[in-house]
Amino acid sequence: MGELLGYLSFGPSGWGDELLAGLSITVTLFLSTLPIGLVLGFLIALAKRSPNPTLRIFANAYTTVFRGVPELLTLFIIFYGGQMALQWFVDLFSSGIVVDLNAFFAGMIALSFVFSAYASEVFLSALNAVSVGQAEAARALGLGRFRTMQKVVFPQLLRHALPGLSNLSLILQKETALVSILALDELLRHTQIAVGATKEPIFFFSIACALYVGLAFLSSLLIKQIENWTDRGQVRV
Amino acid sequence: MDMELLIKYGPKMFDGLLVTLQLVSVSLLLGGVLSLPIATMRLSSNKFFRGISYAYVYFFRGSPLIAQLFLVYFGAGQLRPFLQDVGLWGFFRDAWYCTIFVFSLNTAAYQAEILRGGIQAIHIGQREAAKSMGLGPFVTFFKVILPQALISSLRPYGNEVILMIKGSAIASVVTIFDLMGATKLAFSRTFDFEIYLIAALIYLVVVEIIRFIWDKMDRRLTRHLRPLSDQ
Amino acid sequence: MKIFKILAAAGLALATVIGAANAEMKIRIGTEGAYPPFNFKDASGELKGFDVDIAKALCAEMKAECSFVAQDWDGIIPALLAKKYDAIIASMSITEERKKKVDFTEKYYSTPAKFIVDKKGGISDVSADALKGKNIGAQGSTIHANFLEDVYKSSTIKLYKTQDEANADLASGRLDAILADSAVLLEWLKTKDGGCCKFTGPGFNDPKYFGVGAGIAVRKGETDLAASFNKAIKAIRANGVYKKINDKYFPFDVY
Repeated sequence: MGELLGYLSFGPSGWGDELLAGLSITVTLFLSTLPIGLVLGFLIALAKRSPNPTLRIFANAYTTVFRGVPELLTLFIIFYGGQMALQWFVDLFSSGIVVDLNAFFAGMIALSFVFSAYASEVFLSALNAVSVGQAEAARALGLGRFRTMQKVVFPQLLRHALPGLSNLSLILQKETALVSILALDELLRHTQIAVGATKEPIFFFSIACALYVGLAFLSSLLIKQIENWTDRGQVRV
Repeated sequence: MDMELLIKYGPKMFDGLLVTLQLVSVSLLLGGVLSLPIATMRLSSNKFFRGISYAYVYFFRGSPLIAQLFLVYFGAGQLRPFLQDVGLWGFFRDAWYCTIFVFSLNTAAYQAEILRGGIQAIHIGQREAAKSMGLGPFVTFFKVILPQALISSLRPYGNEVILMIKGSAIASVVTIFDLMGATKLAFSRTFDFEIYLIAALIYLVVVEIIRFIWDKMDRRLTRHLRPLSDQ
Repeated sequence: MKIFKILAAAGLALATVIGAANAEMKIRIGTEGAYPPFNFKDASGELKGFDVDIAKALCAEMKAECSFVAQDWDGIIPALLAKKYDAIIASMSITEERKKKVDFTEKYYSTPAKFIVDKKGGISDVSADALKGKNIGAQGSTIHANFLEDVYKSSTIKLYKTQDEANADLASGRLDAILADSAVLLEWLKTKDGGCCKFTGPGFNDPKYFGVGAGIAVRKGETDLAASFNKAIKAIRANGVYKKINDKYFPFDVY
């Protein structure tokens, strides 16, 4: 047991610092994907309610594709295909410039596409839950379109969407582990490297699982706080 | 589309698709059976059972499936002497069984939560009515509560089926030739990017078919729950 | 607040745009970093090994400024094609199948492929007939995997992301045999885990499957780059630099 704990020490012989570095990349990837996914998801939801049929078709196809294709495959396609597409695009303007779509960025794009596809459905049903009368009343009071959205619809929408979104964000947190397949040095990848060197799979993979569970726990605490805040206007019985 | 590619690797990818479907259906079934005791324990009044089942669900829903698979697959390799002593090595030696094992435990946690939600949503009057008709707790659960709970949680069950199909792609990292594994093999010999797009299309079609069937089923089975004006 | 710093750094590193300068040759070299003794990462994360030393020697000979990129094996050719780097120096065998996608230099080394088996397993015959129904492992996307897939049709072939994972499964008894490069396997057999196992059977080097040795891969049409690598290989073979690197890693000649 002492020997096993020794593996967790910091410095050249221990893996504690590597695991921590991996954990910070996992968290970073999660935190940078989440806002992009939320904004994209909201826009897709608006597109689904748009009077423009092209927009509606696009938004629905987007959701179908990213909810139907395995995340692992989406990652591969964005990583390799995205690189090729990006290079082709850059070559249109000037040759000789080399663009590198790294694993972090590819993972961020792929995961935010998947997240936004699911999130758009959550936003959509939340938008439907806020009654039309609310927006109409706001307009009748002389509020502009933007103000109506900002002050009246959005705060109510948030309350309806939050349970669904928090569920999705917990899923996203776990999906970051898939980016290890693209050799991004996040938590799972560092764990695999440590296992390769020490031949202690049970110990290290258990630690990794525990760290993920710990992250999920922290997130759920945070979400609870946010829920309390959005519910502050609700009458408690 | 490249015909030569299709002829050479089409059959392999088809086999892979069958492996994926088999893997998913067996895991979902086993997980479904396992979810019954877990959900019951989650709803039990016994603190100990509640704690155990809560921890189980929290672990399997809180950590990535791929990490769980690595833990069991490579962990079993490390535990070989012990597993041999207790006669379980034959099971864990096989990547297929390891994967089924992990997938079933994982989906059991999700299915238990779906089931728990379904059971909790059933009005207390149902229970009371069953009791007043003289039904025992066992019959009440299997004949009255469970069928209603399953029907009302049909939609989340459908989502879980789809999540499993998508999630099963990671079986390829522990040497299983499922659709993803066959795709990677084909890609490694041709480096033709099209292969990935074809695989994506196949997954998409499978998922959409299931979604379609589920929608039909949902409409039919819940028609008594909808207001008359909707019918 | 540390997390925001990391976030900012990650943001900057998102898409690195590298201007290509032709005045002084800059070459980005892709290698795997998980294939000891040819290429691997040491405890501090630095790339080491025969391939890496050869690459450095070649770059010195070509007066080129070289940088290394570690890339997982299964994506090593796609990443070259996607221009993540300009050349692969990662013990890649020169085969007809790969030549359809990339160009190769002349070989810079050549070692045969061999089977290893459990010492106590009692396997001595490694013909396709004798291994019928057995589990044979290899690293995916390799000549060894291709050879097994085409020739050992009645065995169960298991493919792994890294050689190390295959080795672990042979040690635990999941696999009955592994086919891989003999120099790589020799390195593993010397370790504590490798004590379980031994070489058996002949060395395989049928050019149809195993190619004509390991070469440097470049994108199709980059003939200038391939030519200067070829010139440099000849030069370090002649001036003794190659032999010095060879002897650092192997007690025998790998060319």
